[in-house]
Formats: sequence, structure tokens, C-alpha cells
Amino acid sequence: MKRFSPRIAIAMGAVLAFGLGVVGPASAAETPQKGGILNFVVGSKIPSYDGHRETTFGVIHPIAPFYSVLIRVNPENPQSATDFVCDLCEGKVPTATEGGTKFTFKIRKGVKFHDGTPLTAADIKATFDKIIFPPDGIPSARKAFFKSVASVSAPSKYTVVFKLQFPSGAFVPALADPYHWVYSKKDLDEHGYKWHQKNINGSGPFIFVEHQPGSFVQGKRNPNYHHKGQPYLDGYKAISASKMAVRLQAIRGGRAAIEFRGFPPKARDDLVKALGDKITVQESDWNCALQMTPNHKRKPFDDPRVRRALSLSLDRWAGSKYLSKIAIVKTVGGVVFPSHPLAATKDELQKIAGYWPDIEKSRAEAKRLLKEAGVPQMSFEFHNRGVDQPYKVVGTWMIDQWRRIDLKVTQRVQPSPAFYDTLRKKKDFDVSMDFNCQSVINPIADISKFLGSAGNNYASFEDQALEEIYDKLLRSGDEATQRKLIRQYETLALNDEAHMAVTLWWYKINPHRSFVKGWKIAPSHYLNQQLDNVWLDKSLM
Amino acid sequence: MYAYIVKRLLLMIPTLFGAAVLIFVLLRLVPGDPCEIRLAGTGLYADPAEIELCQKNLGLDRPQYVQFFEFVGGYFTGDLGDSMWTGRPVTYEIGLRFRLSLQVAIMATIVSVIIAIPLGTISAIKQDTWIDYVVRTFSIAGIAIPSFWLGIMIILGLLIVTQQWFGTPWMPPIEYVSPFEDPIANLSQLIWPAIATGYRYSAVATRMTRSAMLEVLREDYIRTARAKGLLEKLIINRHALKNAMLPVVTIISIEFAFLIGGLVVTEQVFNLNGLGKLFVDSVGAQDFNMTQQLAMLVVLIFILTNFAVDLFYAWLDPRIRYG
Repeated sequence: MKRFSPRIAIAMGAVLAFGLGVVGPASAAETPQKGGILNFVVGSKIPSYDGHRETTFGVIHPIAPFYSVLIRVNPENPQSATDFVCDLCEGKVPTATEGGTKFTFKIRKGVKFHDGTPLTAADIKATFDKIIFPPDGIPSARKAFFKSVASVSAPSKYTVVFKLQFPSGAFVPALADPYHWVYSKKDLDEHGYKWHQKNINGSGPFIFVEHQPGSFVQGKRNPNYHHKGQPYLDGYKAISASKMAVRLQAIRGGRAAIEFRGFPPKARDDLVKALGDKITVQESDWNCALQMTPNHKRKPFDDPRVRRALSLSLDRWAGSKYLSKIAIVKTVGGVVFPSHPLAATKDELQKIAGYWPDIEKSRAEAKRLLKEAGVPQMSFEFHNRGVDQPYKVVGTWMIDQWRRIDLKVTQRVQPSPAFYDTLRKKKDFDVSMDFNCQSVINPIADISKFLGSAGNNYASFEDQALEEIYDKLLRSGDEATQRKLIRQYETLALNDEAHMAVTLWWYKINPHRSFVKGWKIAPSHYLNQQLDNVWLDKSLM
Repeated sequence: MYAYIVKRLLLMIPTLFGAAVLIFVLLRLVPGDPCEIRLAGTGLYADPAEIELCQKNLGLDRPQYVQFFEFVGGYFTGDLGDSMWTGRPVTYEIGLRFRLSLQVAIMATIVSVIIAIPLGTISAIKQDTWIDYVVRTFSIAGIAIPSFWLGIMIILGLLIVTQQWFGTPWMPPIEYVSPFEDPIANLSQLIWPAIATGYRYSAVATRMTRSAMLEVLREDYIRTARAKGLLEKLIINRHALKNAMLPVVTIISIEFAFLIGGLVVTEQVFNLNGLGKLFVDSVGAQDFNMTQQLAMLVVLIFILTNFAVDLFYAWLDPRIRYG
């Protein structure tokens, strides 16, 4: 089942491409050139090679090119949130049958794993069985995405069937998750479910050559890749560089051509200033949002008036304008990724507390609410993560915004381990920064973060009404109903109860060497990383 | 002498045990664990059941005393455990980085010695002349400038200068190549951190050489040597310098031990895949196993270095005898 028509998808892609000022690296007329090694830098570490258990882009960027997936975000149109294409399946992504509860995939013939084993439907079934129904003791980071799935079967050598318990708009985007690499059933049967943590045998565009832990991962071209003519590169080297300054200098000094996660605006400007037209910049909205999480277990944050006042004092519209010059945030949005058809329009947003067009009126209302709650000019501690971009930058801005309604706020900044310990275990905070950062834009799954029952919600509240709306949303098949339910959900979560607040959505900036062609920026640093369509323009090297 | 060596070796056991207790306890006092960081730290959906399973798989749900005995017991069984982040043996991960850290430490120490001993000696001989003032300013600047800052300046300088001179910016390689595979590439990567760090450590050694030389040059035997009409060059090299080296050797040795495990920031600046970077990564990832073993390695290096220095004293100064 496809939730949106292709027409909407294409229109949305076009709007994003032009509206967000995306500067594409290659026009459609350019003919890809074969050969060359792409060196890129990665700012995160590789825990294990098993994508099914990991959640960091430190695994995706260096390892994803070794694997294929069943379906993926269209690498030629990654800005679209709804344009999914087959990778290992044939033809178009199938639509659901039997009332939206059955998806039948025809699998490509002639695909081989790098060890020469032919890929069949049995491998797809074994892979998704591992992801959705892992045996006891086997980790699977995203099995919760597949709550709707009843079974996976392979009725023939090249047919896979997913049977759902109920129709779900979240299923197809979940299936396109970039971590769902297809493993060989033979490997799983012979070596067990932990083998892929330390070994690689995929069917992707590149074949694993070497990994020097902490230093680099190297891959070479797979001559038997199933997308004919691809990949264009002879190989790639993913160089580990944890410091942003090193990654930036590596691009400037020619040690790397690109970094796929993103740089702040100042870094982009420095690179462009130093290298001029040798640098191409691609920019996009980013499927990550910084959030404010008040601790409902602590007074006075158990009072919705106080929580609402905190949100009302934030001038998001002006903040977007100024913060986007110094930080990786930009777009004003609600609970859903701003450019998605299910996201609130500007008119809808401006009815929610904290999004009003008149900030003076908004702050006057905030002061009134605080007075009514008996806590005018209150003081509290704002808990933040010890990472500059964008946490500390936006945190400092928020404190200034609260100062304008006479609140005295101090900031407690902690390194990541202690930050999460406070959020998840100690819960000894008044108000905290938090963030929601997802890969495939899957609004129905992504907005579960706002539920009190969600494992990654740290506000400590219960809201049955919100849970009921979400449950209906999870089971709704048509877009109009989904949109209506999401508006109810958003109004309740951000306005009426103000359980949490969205500050600004992140903004992804990828300056790279101009000779890197074919790679198109996606709204997530997890997406479009198989590198099969990337090529190097030798005339620009 | 042999009794002394055996006694010193046996004394290492309680020292290492004490360090092990301290390291284990201090690490557990830091909030957080590797599973929280691994699964919740990315902002993606984090299933609490998955975090629990991860903690169970890593043995973090077991009582702390069990974890401690497993940590210490590893030294007797030869199994130091696996990294909680990568799942690979700790010895493999450390071994991979040790050669780079050792090479940088040796190169930085050579740079330090090449700078410190001649400059400290000249400074002492030419006390209170303009040469002395220049050397003292140079060495004080070395103490004042952090090596990571110097590292950043070196990289930026190389980028700017090469772009202006050759039209294309150049920076040192950011991935390690063994000196046995490609010595030029190896040197072009490691010479810069060696200079940045070596200069910093030469500053302390220069000042120490100068002070020690000034002290020795005022000794009676130096006056006697001069009265005998010995050449000044011979007096300095044979009689003064060797005797002034005792405190300098101590400083250089301790610095060497520090360099092996302590180049935390410089390794980040030059993107060196050494022990310092591994230390930072392990602490950031709350990888208890790896952090414990790295800390123990640093303790061991310090203990062994001190031991070696004590033995070296006897060679430098024949009057020193251990019994």
C-alpha cells in the first residue's frame, strides 16, 4: 500500500528541491564517469557491523555500501518522503492487498551475495524474521517498527509475503529503513545470528576489503551488482575522524571529498571561501528536531499552564532566522517533519502555543499563565547535552527567550553518558533538552516520541487521550484520516497539555568537493548511503 | 642488585592491584552505561527492552564484585575481555593502536632531546647573555603553548601556505600507514604531531638541563678541570653534561611514559588512531572494559618507566648502588 500518490511525491520533491535552496551537484544531462576511489570522512565510530542491532550513522556510512535492502528511498529523489523504490524487489514497490494487510514482493533474479551464494526470497524472509521476530537474546533495534506485522513468508523462490495484523501507514516507510540489510540465510543458519556483528557478506554495490578499527573501512566495486552499470566508483575509503575540525580540514586539504552527516553554516562558509567553485553545497531540512522536555513529576512543571508558558515565550520564527546563521537548525515545525504532507501548514502551526505570529502577545499570555499558576519570575535549571551543535547553541537561545518573561534559568550541561543517565534513570531535572532524530520520514512512527508511554519519552507523564488518538492513527489507512488525527495529536501534545515543545528542526548542510557527483542530499544522514549512484568527475579533480 | 630488582618487581603487584580497585570504582561512579549511549544516544527510537537486553549481553546486570573479579581475574587467565563497544578483544584493539602511539612517543622524545639538551647546555654556558634570554623565552613559550593549539596552527599553516605557494591546499595524511609499508607517508603524517608535542616537552627538559648544568658547572671538580687546563669542550661534554643528565633523564622518561598513553588531544587534532584517541572514545562510549585496561596499561607503563629510570641512574652515576 502506498499512502500517497506519485503525483504528490513528485510535487513535494520539487518543492523541496527549489524551496529549500538545494544546490544539486549534477544536472540530469551529465553522464556518469566510471572509476576512481571516493574518500570520505565519518565522524562516528563503528560499534559492530550488524545494522539490525545498531543505531548510529557510524555504521551506515562505512558499511551500508556492502549491503542491499528490499526497498529504499529513491536515490535519485531522496528529498521525497514518499518515493520508495525497489532495490532487491522487482518493479515498483507493491501496493497492499486484502484490505491493506498483505504485501507481496517479487524478488530480483540473478542477485548474488559477495561469496557467490544466490540471493532468493528465503534470504529476505530470514532477514526480516531476524529483524521482526528475533530469538531470545538477539538484539534488534527497530523491531518495534513492525508491531503490525503478523508473519513473513516465502511461498516461492522469488516471492516474499508480509502479512499484517491491521493496515498500517507506517509499514512501508519502516521497510525502507536503511539499516534493514539483507543477510544470507546460509550465513545465519551456519554461523548464527551474531556472525554479522563481526563479518560482512552482502549483495551491495561494494565488496568489503579491509577495516582498520578506528582508522578506515575500505570497499571495492562489486562487478556483479544487480543495478546494471553501477556502481561507478572503483571503490571507497571511509576514514574515521571524530573531530569536526579534522573532517573540515580533510575536505579542504584534499584528504577527503565529502562528509555525509553535515557541517554548521560557518564551516560551509569557510570551505566555500577557501576553495570557491571547487566546493558544491547541498542543503536540506533534516529529520531531527530539538525538543524541550519538562519533568512532569516536578513542581511547577506538572501544571500545563507553566509548560505552556515556557513554549509561548520561544520566538521560533525569529529564532529560525538568526540561529540558522550559526547553528544546524532552521525550520519551524510541529510534530511532523515540516515538508511532509502530514505536517501542519503555517496557518495550522500559528494556532499552537509558541507558534503565534505575534510574539509580544504570546509572551504576555505566558506571563499571565505563570502569574495564574503562582510562579511569576520563577527560577529553574535547564538540563542540556554537552555538544555544541546544535544543543548548547539552541539551549543558550532558549534561556535568553525565557529571560524575556522574567524567568531565571541556569544551564546544566553534561556529557552524553551523564546526560542520558539523568534523562532515563535519575530523572533529576526540571526541564531538559531532548531530540528526536529519525531516518526514513515515517511520521506515524516518528511522532510516537510524544507519547508518555514511549521508551524514549523522558517527560514522565501519562495521557490516555493522546494514547487513544495514536492508536487510531496507527490503524488508519487513508491519508485524510491520518492528517486529521495527527492535528488532534499535535494540538493536545503541544498546545493544550504542552507536554513537550518542539523548538526548531535541524538543517543539513553538506559542502563537498565539486567533483563528487550523483550523490543527492536526503533529509536524513542515514539515507541514500549505498553510494551506487555516486561518481567522480575527473575533469574537476 | 638482583635482590633490589626482585623486590621492586614484587612491589609492583600491590601497586597494580590498588590501581585496579581505584580504576574500577571510579569508572562505576560515572553515570551512564554503554547501552544507553549505544541505543539512546542517537536520538532514534530506543526500545527499553533492547537496552535491557544489551546490558544483559554485556554482563552489566551482574553484581559489581563479580565484574571486578572478572576484570582482575583476566590478568591470571590471560583473557582481558572484549570491548563493550566493538565486541573485539581489548588486547587486539590496544595492540592495533600501540604501535602508532609508541612511534609518536619515540619521535616526540627524539625531537624533545634534540631541542632540549643543546639549548639547555648553551643557555647555561652563556648564562645571562642574549643567547640565554632567547633560549629561555623559547622554552617558556613551549610551556605556555598547548601542543594541541600548536598542532592546529601547524595544520592551518600548512593548508594556507601550500594553497598560496602551490595553488592546492595540503595537509598531513589522516590515516595511519606503517613505516615498513611506506616510510615517506608515515613520516609525512607523524612528523607534525612529533614536532608539536616534542617542542612542548622540550621546554621543560631545556629548563631542567640549564638548571642542572648551572649547578654542575659550579662544582669543585669542574673548577679543577679548568685549572688543569682541559679544553672547555671536553669539560662540558665529558664532565659536566653527563653529571647534569640525572634529573633530565628522569624528566624525559616520565614524559615518554606520559606520551604513550597521554596524547589525548594531540591525537584528536591530527586524527591519529592511537591510544589517546582510543581512551577518549572509550570514555565517551562508557566502554568500561576498554577504559579499565587502558588505564591499567598507563599505570603499568609509568611503573616500568620509573623502574627503568632507577636502574639507569646506576649506569649514569657509578656512586649510586642498590642493595
